[in-house]
Amino acid sequence: MATFLLNRFMQSIVLLVIVSIIGFLVLNLIPGGPMSQYALDPGMTQQDMDRLAEQLGLNRPFWVQYLEWAWRLLQGDWGTSFRDGNPVTTVIGRHIWATFLLMGSSTAIAIAVGTWIGIRGATRRYSAFDYLATVGAMVALSVPTFWFGLIGIYVFSLELGWLPAGNMYTIGDGSVLNYLHHLIMPSIVLALVHIAIWSRFMRSSTLDAMSQEFVKTARAKGVSERRVILKHVVGNALLPMITLAGVQLPSVLTGALVTETVFTWPGMGRLFLDSLGYSDYPVVMGLLMFSAILTIAGNLIADVVVALVDPRIRLA
Amino acid sequence: MTALTVIHSPIHWWESRVMRRFLSHRLALLGLVMISLLTLACVLGPHLLPYDSLYIDLRARFAPPFTGDHYLGTDPLGRDIAARLFMAGRTSLLVGVSAMVLSILVGTIVGVIAGYRGGWVGASLMRTVDGFLSFPSIFLLLALAAALKPSASMITVVIALTSWMEVARIVDAEVRSLREREFVLAGRMLGLSRTYIMFREILPNAMGPIIVAATLTVARAILMESYISFLGYGIQPPLPSWGNMLNGAQQYLASAPWLAIIPGAAITIAVTSFNFIGDGLRDALDVRDDRV
Repeated sequence: MATFLLNRFMQSIVLLVIVSIIGFLVLNLIPGGPMSQYALDPGMTQQDMDRLAEQLGLNRPFWVQYLEWAWRLLQGDWGTSFRDGNPVTTVIGRHIWATFLLMGSSTAIAIAVGTWIGIRGATRRYSAFDYLATVGAMVALSVPTFWFGLIGIYVFSLELGWLPAGNMYTIGDGSVLNYLHHLIMPSIVLALVHIAIWSRFMRSSTLDAMSQEFVKTARAKGVSERRVILKHVVGNALLPMITLAGVQLPSVLTGALVTETVFTWPGMGRLFLDSLGYSDYPVVMGLLMFSAILTIAGNLIADVVVALVDPRIRLA
Repeated sequence: MTALTVIHSPIHWWESRVMRRFLSHRLALLGLVMISLLTLACVLGPHLLPYDSLYIDLRARFAPPFTGDHYLGTDPLGRDIAARLFMAGRTSLLVGVSAMVLSILVGTIVGVIAGYRGGWVGASLMRTVDGFLSFPSIFLLLALAAALKPSASMITVVIALTSWMEVARIVDAEVRSLREREFVLAGRMLGLSRTYIMFREILPNAMGPIIVAATLTVARAILMESYISFLGYGIQPPLPSWGNMLNGAQQYLASAPWLAIIPGAAITIAVTSFNFIGDGLRDALDVRDDRV
């Protein structure tokens, strides 16, 4: 177990280094590189730019610049927002909870519904339900998230008037119910794609578990089918799903960005787009790096949890 | 002698087992028919319609669909939506297919080298793949699209840059499983060059999964184009694309919902078709089902 943890931890560190190199390359692809925020300022002459580049060490070898940038990143110095002068970490911190709330509720919906569809599809393989779920999942994966959001707003906000069309709460009303009311539509919209993914994986994972020897044994012992499924199959089928939850993180974040835009949800996705609009590259870079680190950490945690739960990995 | 005759009797590609299995996959056929019709409409449509996709007519703003001679209505500038939809389809489908070709090319080369060479080279290539996969693709796409000149070809390159990794992983796994097979050993014994073995001996045997991945990558690329164009960083007006037709649609949702409904439906139909075809190919080519 200790070796496994250490190995897995080292892998994450290596990945972190690679991710930071990619991030640094993107930063330098931006015209003007880290100086881009001043490049458009008419008060800056080329001489000023050259002098500043010299002062900031931008004319030094690439790898020296990278190391310095990475070192500052490690120390928690992610630069300051070009827009309001606040540290990037503070700016991200202000938006992170809205995104986590959205991601959390939509993941909960996706897991609950996806697991149910997957198990039902696997236990009634080739039934009408299974066929519909398969086709439905493929269609759900093909619907652009923002379009689904727009249709949702049109139907449930504009035509029926049941749900709010956007924002996190009504100004002047900060009650929990009000928050929940605003949360319903964006989290369902974000969940759609992931319900499809979860149900497909859960279906094949359940089928795998059902073909195991211990299931045959349980059936041979005369355990009721319901108990076999609930007790012997589902638990084993859910195990690989923990890994999936980690792997899905970047795609949930992608969906969150689009969903937040459509529903004017004040999370990291909207922050990313707003910052892009203001050419606020320190925040853009910060979010890029932060989301990658989040993904790496998520995958690491998922693997550790699997190892803790599954004795086959723990003891190996 | 008889056996030889049987082997040499010509089997046309349309009679092959793969083809038969693909043709018996109803959803895949449906996808093939839908995407063929859509492509045909995008190619021929603009020539048959009375309006040009860029013709602005402020007297005809916000005409609802199925009224007058604007079959699908008009947009806030009075441009004919049907004409725009088909012209946009040309852009979106072309960007989708080109991005697929690029990412298959890159992904295959990386995957073959990583899988065949293994060791230090393979590990560092595949860790780079992991690194790219750690970013939410839309963040990377938007950051790159905002930084680079947003022309249609640049958008294609940027989409390819964020979707080659899946292909690389599939090819890497496939090549690693083929690497130790006898025919590769035979090739080595014959003194064939490493490049020849990688690309002429091993790669043809890994074509099944690559074809399936290619189809699903088109679907993904069309979706990605629509995402970034919807957000305003993709294909730039006046060149219409399905994504940028939706760009301003939200503010008119109450008064002109068709502005949002029509292009989105086109995207969904195109992407669903490619996903259906990919699913059929996966069954027909017997590719292991490890993706959704």
